[in-house]
Amino acid sequence: MRIKYLSLIAAVALVAACESAPKDANTGANTGANQTSSIRPGSQEDLVVNVGDRVFFGFDRYDLAPEARATLDRQASWLKQYPNVTVTIEGHADERGTREYNLALGERRANSVKNYLVAGGINPSRVKVISYGKEKPAVLGSNEAAWAQNRRGVTVVD
Amino acid sequence: MTMKTRLLLKVAGCTGALLLALGVAGPAPALAEVRIDITKGVVEPLPIAITSFAGSGGREAQMGSDISKVVSADLERSGLFRPLDPKGFLQTPDQLRSGEPRYQDWRAVGAQALVAGNTTAMGDGRMKVDFRLWDVAGGQYMQGLSYTATADSWRRIAHIVADAIYKRLTGEEGYFDTRIVYVAESGPANARKKQLAIMDQDGENHQFLTDGQTLVLTPRFSPTAQEITYMSYFNKKPRVYLFNIDTGRQEVLGDFPGMTFAPRFSPDGNKVIMSMAQNGNTDIYALDLRTRRQTQLTDSPGIDTGPSFSPDGQRVVFESDRGGSQQLYVMNADGSGTKRLTFGEGRYGTPVWSPRGDLIAFTRQRGGSFALGVVRPDGTGERILTESFHVEGPTWAPNGRVISFFRDVPSGDGRGRSAKLYTIDVTGANERRVITPLDGSDPAWSPLIP
Repeated sequence: MRIKYLSLIAAVALVAACESAPKDANTGANTGANQTSSIRPGSQEDLVVNVGDRVFFGFDRYDLAPEARATLDRQASWLKQYPNVTVTIEGHADERGTREYNLALGERRANSVKNYLVAGGINPSRVKVISYGKEKPAVLGSNEAAWAQNRRGVTVVD
Repeated sequence: MTMKTRLLLKVAGCTGALLLALGVAGPAPALAEVRIDITKGVVEPLPIAITSFAGSGGREAQMGSDISKVVSADLERSGLFRPLDPKGFLQTPDQLRSGEPRYQDWRAVGAQALVAGNTTAMGDGRMKVDFRLWDVAGGQYMQGLSYTATADSWRRIAHIVADAIYKRLTGEEGYFDTRIVYVAESGPANARKKQLAIMDQDGENHQFLTDGQTLVLTPRFSPTAQEITYMSYFNKKPRVYLFNIDTGRQEVLGDFPGMTFAPRFSPDGNKVIMSMAQNGNTDIYALDLRTRRQTQLTDSPGIDTGPSFSPDGQRVVFESDRGGSQQLYVMNADGSGTKRLTFGEGRYGTPVWSPRGDLIAFTRQRGGSFALGVVRPDGTGERILTESFHVEGPTWAPNGRVISFFRDVPSGDGRGRSAKLYTIDVTGANERRVITPLDGSDPAWSPLIP
């Protein structure tokens, strides 16, 4: 199960890497369609495939675009559906910033996500945040397409 | 005893004013001077003859030879000296063991200064190393010093000898008997393994301090060079830690509800200043290491980070986006009297106050590139030393003349990285690689080892 989950994430990342503009990761839903029956409800895999686990930000921004808010609306509904699930929001930055500033920026982004979910009715005690700054890019590459994918907030089931 | 010398490094530019700008204060060096141009003028390195240090036994002679090679390499890397090839020397080390050198023989090979030395086994496992320095051009003896240490610390002795020569000929403190702690990197960019590593400033005596299981960032030395403060993601809780180099003991610093990062020691070693991020806001705090009391120093709604003390401990330079974009600010050590320092185009971060107080080094991001620069603490005299796709993380050698940093280059296919450590003179000249076994980032230079 663990291995399958990891390979699915890799597939999503690969799909994302081929995109020229940021898109919600639930575009991976098609690639995972055959496995839908094996997805455990309320799991990370469920979130990735059926809801979308991440939102993207503009350069040096931490406000949520309409597309990001739509993803988070789905996440809030999903979290209400599985009241025992707790999550950690990972805030990330692209490589075009200094290390310490990007740690702070990632924390801002994670909190933007958290605040939106809390405003949507999720108990704040269910949502932790962590910032990785520019330390964990989702997509390799030093170009705008890669950077756009890396400026992200990712919701991870604890 | 006063002596006159003709030893002089020739440089371009208006040296008088530039020496002032570098903060060279007090009496000029009594004998020799190396004048340094703060702009990117052409420096002509001083030709110096460093003979193999003599020793009577085979082991002593080998150590003597090794020591002179390290001294020579240190001085060469500074960019201010040009050690001559010993193959051309006309006098042997043995002939230099007593009395005056034959100055004409050293002038003939183009030397302006001459170093000779001896190593002697003490019989108790210790080694005595002495050296003498002559002004060849002026035909004068300049200095002789002697050190005793255990034989296995011969590299340190060599660095200490190089520091003494550097100081005698430039009038500035040396920086060779120092270490660099940094983050060793390996693996692909999206699963980078990062571990703390430490080495002598010339890359020797390299060792890893952590195993790479936990992400670690931004190590910085205490003023005693015995401790390191850094950031670790241990247990997925990003916090500032203290690492004792001798004991290997690690402890989390402070009891903060949010992520702590960007730590640096105060010059007296009693405090660590750092950032804490909570609820989307990042402020600067000081932690007193004796009382463990936490003091909040900034409370702007923006990102306040990268704090660095002035060498007198009275002020703190930091970066903040409170004005709309990342810029440098200076405040008093208690958080009062904040003034903006940089007003240039672009984003300014990672400020580090020079140990001699005259300059603040920073990383500037403008357009598509990163640059390293320096600016005076009053905001004037901004200069860029090097610029490329990505340079970051300046750190000062203890004499405030040399800066180490890292440069990150995307690989040809754009999917990999190559991060390397470098040193560069504060003039922007003499950029050198620091060779490390793996990739490296976030270097921090130690003070002179006590």
